[in-house]
Amino acid sequence: MAVLLSDSRGIHTPEDVVAVRQAVRQRAVELGFNLVDQTKLVTAASELARNTLQYGGGGTVLIEGIGNGLRRGLRLTFEDKGPGIANIDEALRDGFSSAGGLGLGLSGARRLSSEFQIDSRPGEGTRVMITRWR
Amino acid sequence: MERIPILKMGDYLLVTIQVDMHDRLAMALQDDLTGRIVSARSKGVLIDISALEIVDSFIGRMLGDIAAMSRVLDAETVVVGMRPAVAITLVELGLSLSGVRTALNVERGMELLRRRIVDQARTDGSTA
Repeated sequence: MAVLLSDSRGIHTPEDVVAVRQAVRQRAVELGFNLVDQTKLVTAASELARNTLQYGGGGTVLIEGIGNGLRRGLRLTFEDKGPGIANIDEALRDGFSSAGGLGLGLSGARRLSSEFQIDSRPGEGTRVMITRWR
Repeated sequence: MERIPILKMGDYLLVTIQVDMHDRLAMALQDDLTGRIVSARSKGVLIDISALEIVDSFIGRMLGDIAAMSRVLDAETVVVGMRPAVAITLVELGLSLSGVRTALNVERGMELLRRRIVDQARTDGSTA
């Protein structure tokens, strides 16, 4: 799989969450995603960036344009060194929230993506990787 | 601090969200709006989101909370102008915005609010 473009950003303030949304939008446009797919990617990115900030205490996102033969995709990797998630199955359930939100952050981002992967260790941090293919 | 302007139009308040809101700004709008509903004795709130490129769970919750709070303060909230791509994404995200009245544009939203006030006046008149 070829990486066509790569862009790394820090997530430490609510303004950074807005900047991540804008960067993801721009990359999705560059890769030729249609408007609905752009909107899904930006919305998923917004949910995950907020999680990184709120639960992970800040972190980074790696935005990558990837190619597999003729297929083009956008891959987002969110990483933090926060407290981690003890029970991932529970965190992925609709309506589960540890901060008084709607509990749609992780589960919603998963629904808006083609591929979804989460790794988390209590005390070490969390890594969420999503890909949407065009 | 940056603020989203709230315009008073007769019995109604009009909010046009034209920036990509960060979470603190969204919370500030919620506080400002509930205060204005009381001070302006408003009967309705129109929130125009036609410039919003996404509605995520945080903004969705804010819209739902504003609708619930304004109802308690005897005002109706109508969210207008949602883009089609936003609506599609919102449903896939798992948000249905139940409890939030929506209309296609400001004109139809205004019509909805006007009808409500007429209905209310009629009910009040018949019970008096």
